[in-house]
Amino acid sequence: MKKGVKKVTLLYSLLTVAVLVMAGVWANELFLEPKKETFLMGETSHGHHQIELACGSCHQSPFGGGDVLQDACVGCHAAELKAAHDSHPKSKFTDPRNADRLEQIDARYCIACHSEHQPRITREMGVTMAVDYCFACHEDIAEDRPSHTGMEFDTCASAGCHNYHDNRALYEDFLLQHTDDLAIQPQPIIAAIKDYVAKPAVAEPAPQPDYPSQSFQATEAEKDWLHSAHATADSNCSACHGEGEQFTEQPDALVCVECHQPQAKGFLTGKHGMRLAMKRDAVQSFPLNASLKSLMDPKTRLLAPMTPAEGRLPFKVESHDNSLTCNSCHGAHDYQLGASTAVDSCMGCHDDQHTNAYKASSHYALVLREAAGELPEGSGVTCATCHMPKLESEQEPGVFHTEHNQNANLRPNEKMIRSVCIDCHGLQFALDALADPVLIENNFQGQPSVSIDSIKMAIERVKE
Amino acid sequence: MKATKLWGSLVLAGTVVLTAGCGGEEKAAGVDPKVMADSLFAVMASDRANYTKLIIKRLGAQGKFIKPDEHWEDLDNGAPLPAQMFRFGAEAVAERTDAFTYSLQSLWPINKQNAPVTEVEKTGLQYIVDNPGKNYYGEEELGGVKYYTAVYPDVAVATPCVDCHNEHKDSPRTDFKIGDTMGGVVVRIPM
Repeated sequence: MKKGVKKVTLLYSLLTVAVLVMAGVWANELFLEPKKETFLMGETSHGHHQIELACGSCHQSPFGGGDVLQDACVGCHAAELKAAHDSHPKSKFTDPRNADRLEQIDARYCIACHSEHQPRITREMGVTMAVDYCFACHEDIAEDRPSHTGMEFDTCASAGCHNYHDNRALYEDFLLQHTDDLAIQPQPIIAAIKDYVAKPAVAEPAPQPDYPSQSFQATEAEKDWLHSAHATADSNCSACHGEGEQFTEQPDALVCVECHQPQAKGFLTGKHGMRLAMKRDAVQSFPLNASLKSLMDPKTRLLAPMTPAEGRLPFKVESHDNSLTCNSCHGAHDYQLGASTAVDSCMGCHDDQHTNAYKASSHYALVLREAAGELPEGSGVTCATCHMPKLESEQEPGVFHTEHNQNANLRPNEKMIRSVCIDCHGLQFALDALADPVLIENNFQGQPSVSIDSIKMAIERVKE
Repeated sequence: MKATKLWGSLVLAGTVVLTAGCGGEEKAAGVDPKVMADSLFAVMASDRANYTKLIIKRLGAQGKFIKPDEHWEDLDNGAPLPAQMFRFGAEAVAERTDAFTYSLQSLWPINKQNAPVTEVEKTGLQYIVDNPGKNYYGEEELGGVKYYTAVYPDVAVATPCVDCHNEHKDSPRTDFKIGDTMGGVVVRIPM
């Protein structure tokens, strides 16, 4: 009898210890560890999976509800929504007169439509709301727009028609301004590139390299550097490698941030660099501080750089272990610009049909003709022309920088129309082409096989 | 000792009751929602009229200096229309306080989202059209919150107002004249 009791007691004791140990391990991860892999509940969307282990970047308080999550969404996405002239800002829904509508869709909160950790119901652009969500507020649209009679509400957001946030290239008056556009403009040149190259940087004589030691590698690096845009007094070896006690042979992945803040901000908010923007104290990660320099200390960063192996798109096997930093595309010393960076860097990793078809496209043929001097600068269309366009600063007109957030101009793809496509193509052609999945896949080799009626409907509307 | 405690308790209880009473009186003596709404509207109406007359009409005629346009952000010299300027103000206020909200609505809105939605809005907008120069005041419950709602006439004060509404392809009414009540400003104060 006593032996039996002892066995039961021992069993309970072991069980208690086991439970306590497990609770301790989990509590440690939950409260002390910055990464909380065990508690990841469901796969996150394409836009957030890179940083899904930095739970605190979105869940900024363990007891936070909608408002806490909303702050996190706004922390990252507010600027791009503002730039997109968001058609449905939160301010449209805060008036009490919309109380009935909010009972159907609480559009004050991003998560009403973009719920995370819901892989089964997550569609393009991270939308988890039912496809016909426009019905909730625009049920009687056919009364104002007879042309919409009979259209199903799950087609509102079809390519070339409407977007919930960004309609800069789709609103009626804009469509009407482009009724007579030719498919290809008489002088197809990317306007921003034309303006950019019209103001070349003043060439300065290269200074003496100030690298503190001599070696074969250093000499080779110096040769590359002397032929790069970095061969100036402000960007001598010590600018990146440091000097004196601060000298290092391997500068940090984000050393470029020191001088290239606008580019770095884009990189750190896009899929290529967002992991590097996650601070060990994830709550402090967003919004990105105006000064990004605190991220230059690797000890402040929570996550290692993104690698293609961790991506969800097809990538070349040989690139899988590449760490995505500035140098992945630009090189450390030759600091490549132009087509080699804007094409070869992308194709070095990406292995999807759109990418692999690029070199057979008319766009690439223009790049080659521009390089051969047959066409003026700005004629070629590289990967970056569309996906990382050169933009003029709103704060400093005449100053251009490359948008390094590869997603800022990509989803929905009508975003590209005004920033890129329309420089060379007519609006109708651009709408049709961007709505044609086959044409996108073969990298625009051929003519669009679909025809979007938006311009036609706008013309009819004026006649009514 | 017991008597002292008893008197002490009574005095304390009396103080609490009196204090609570004072608080109640203070609350009741707060700003009358009608006065608050009327005052807010006075500011809104003045700013709105001034923007229309002093900026849009003076600088925007024939697009000489600025071009008032619905899509003003797409133009180098674009300026928001008076109704948009008013809405931007309402949205900016909503970000600063929830003590009141306001909006511009009409029985003939160019943007259908600005048509009256609640019963008080519908009744109020019709009332100010039928009774020129008068305001409408009511109460309503929206989303579980009670509101004091005031509706004020928005009168055409300058030719750009009339011309734009009469000529806009989405306008359901095209015979507005200066002095007409084109819509109403709805001010809501949670009670």
